[in-house]
Amino acid sequence: MATLEIRDLHVSVEADNATKEILKGVDLTVKQGETHAIMGPNGSGKSTLAYSLAGHPKYTVTSGTVTLDGEDVLEMSVDERARAGVFLAMQYPVEVPGVSVSNFLRTSATAIRGEAPKLRTWVKEVKEAMERLRIDPAFAERNVNEGFSGGEKKRHEILQLELLKPKMAILDETDSGLDVDALRTVSEGVNRVRETGEVGTLLITHYTRILRYIKPDHVHVFAKGRIAESGGAELADKLEAEGYEAYTKGA
Amino acid sequence: MADNIPVGSTTEGAIQVGGDHPADARVSAPASYDVADFPVPHGREEEWRFTPLERLRGLHDGSAVADGGIRTEVYTPEGVTQEQVGRDDPRVGRAGKPVDRVAAQAYSSFEKATVVSIPKDTVLTEPVRISVHGQGGTAFTHQVIEIGAFAEAVVVIDHTGDATLGGNVEYLVGDGAKLTVVSVQDWDDKAAHAGQHTALVGRDATFKSVIVTFGGDLVRLHPRINYAAPGGEAELYGLYFTDNGQHQEHRLFVDHDTPHCRSNVVYKGALQGEDAHAVWIGDVLIRAEAEGTDTYELNRNLVLTDGARVDSVPNLEIETGEIVGAGHASATGRFEDEQLFYLMARGIPADEARRLVVRGFFAELVQQIGLPELQERLIEKIDAELEASV
Ligand SMILES: Nc1ncnc2c1ncn2[C@@H]1O[C@H](COP(=O)(O)OP(=O)(O)OP(=O)(O)O)[C@@H](O)[C@H]1O
Ligand SMILES: [Mg+2]
Repeated sequence: MATLEIRDLHVSVEADNATKEILKGVDLTVKQGETHAIMGPNGSGKSTLAYSLAGHPKYTVTSGTVTLDGEDVLEMSVDERARAGVFLAMQYPVEVPGVSVSNFLRTSATAIRGEAPKLRTWVKEVKEAMERLRIDPAFAERNVNEGFSGGEKKRHEILQLELLKPKMAILDETDSGLDVDALRTVSEGVNRVRETGEVGTLLITHYTRILRYIKPDHVHVFAKGRIAESGGAELADKLEAEGYEAYTKGA
Repeated sequence: MADNIPVGSTTEGAIQVGGDHPADARVSAPASYDVADFPVPHGREEEWRFTPLERLRGLHDGSAVADGGIRTEVYTPEGVTQEQVGRDDPRVGRAGKPVDRVAAQAYSSFEKATVVSIPKDTVLTEPVRISVHGQGGTAFTHQVIEIGAFAEAVVVIDHTGDATLGGNVEYLVGDGAKLTVVSVQDWDDKAAHAGQHTALVGRDATFKSVIVTFGGDLVRLHPRINYAAPGGEAELYGLYFTDNGQHQEHRLFVDHDTPHCRSNVVYKGALQGEDAHAVWIGDVLIRAEAEGTDTYELNRNLVLTDGARVDSVPNLEIETGEIVGAGHASATGRFEDEQLFYLMARGIPADEARRLVVRGFFAELVQQIGLPELQERLIEKIDAELEASV
């Protein structure tokens, strides 16, 4: 069973010629089949955690370890991490002019699966996945994320999640910017992947809204660059009622 | 995209209505066949300000002397003729006069001009091929491609090897004819190549020019379009890949002085490496008499690494309101680390991610060019350029 282990992770960024520590000792274990919600106020470091796990070059790990099934993730390049099974659905997906969605999906599926998917079954697979997420088939020929609305970008991220079938899915604010219908559609997509039991999910969110659709096994409150409290689904209800104030007080 | 323009690059550009021909103001002397009518450029003139003169290997100041070290071979399909003619042949110089010192130098210095003629009503099934191969020498050449009324042809001119070349080409496109010309600059690293490509487009004729520049130390080409009669159409496509230390300059001028003609310009370039410099000038002039003109020009640049520089200057001048359409666009953007990260985060290795983006950048243009055998060659060449990098 695949396990992602984060131990005492410290991460900093270079900003204005100064080094700023953002993650200050994160400890977390996510097992295949589990869903962990990470909730926290703006600027607490949630996206930094997500990017650091995916290997974004802006973030420097200064200490700590991250392993996936015992393999050192921090040693891997960005593409190696993805091929090892780490998937990041981004808070702000990037536009890639000139690269069509269909070309992009096929190229990444080929990279992740280690061989080009058979064309006939692949076309069908993509078409069905797009239908389930209510993505207009015309999107296949559009350039990646170019001119997509916020909601369309998020659906496109979840489309990739469904097609690439990672071991660990990190979903960074996939719920933000979605109306209720889109939220439901996207949540259904995530749940389809979760129901296979083959993915561990790290659901990063600011609001409890999405937790009505995607039920977490564990809830962690993220504040000031670390996990401040962990609990079950009931912790989300407490946050809903009381907000993050208790965790952000004091410098 | 404003925050994404690479350091040192410029995009100027203007649309002027009325006014006093800035396109003409760009030249420091009136057009002439005689090199003596042009002062030796010193580099600050409008038309030379982007060009590193010292790398012209003397093409601009008279110090370059022809030595026969360039071989030109012309392959003509059945029905097509070629002749070597003198300056007094009426077809030589007919499409237009040289407009700068280097073009005039070439015109004043060539020994014989090559005239390739495609007779009227002839529809070629294979291209005319002209191969210009440099063996380290210097040459001044003049080629005239003449296509008769309602004939259709594709001409491919290939430039390879090492050379210092001042080469002008003229296209005389007969009424209703369709001429497609592909000029490929696939020079070795040291070559210097400058020249003027002037077309005279006949009534209801279609002229399509495809300029592909990969090689050379310095390439500076000046495609110009003149219309002989109404109904003419010019499609000007360009693709360049400028790397380490290369200077590639494409200066276009479309002179709409005839009613009901069309022009469409699309130039795209990728740049990589230290001191790669691409220059694109697009001058379109719609004169008062050119009612019913329809024109659009586009230049896009993709900068793959730091240290490369683009100067892109579209310039549209309109002297009549009675036109169908006129527009221009220019954009220079960087290949972004964020794009690379996004693609790699989906398992795609860095070199493949880069290839994907660059191919995508050129894809539409390659399709528009629409010559299957060239398409493949272009994509292979683009991939090879990328492979050679970083
Ligand atoms: N590349 C960067 N350069 C400078 N500062 C950064 C960078 N990335 C993050 N930060 C800073 O680190 C802190 C944490 O940012 P992060 O994006 O991880 O927060 P977040 O919890 O995801 O917030 P939100 O809920 O708004 O998405 C913020 O103060 C942010 O300004
Ligand atoms: Mg965030």
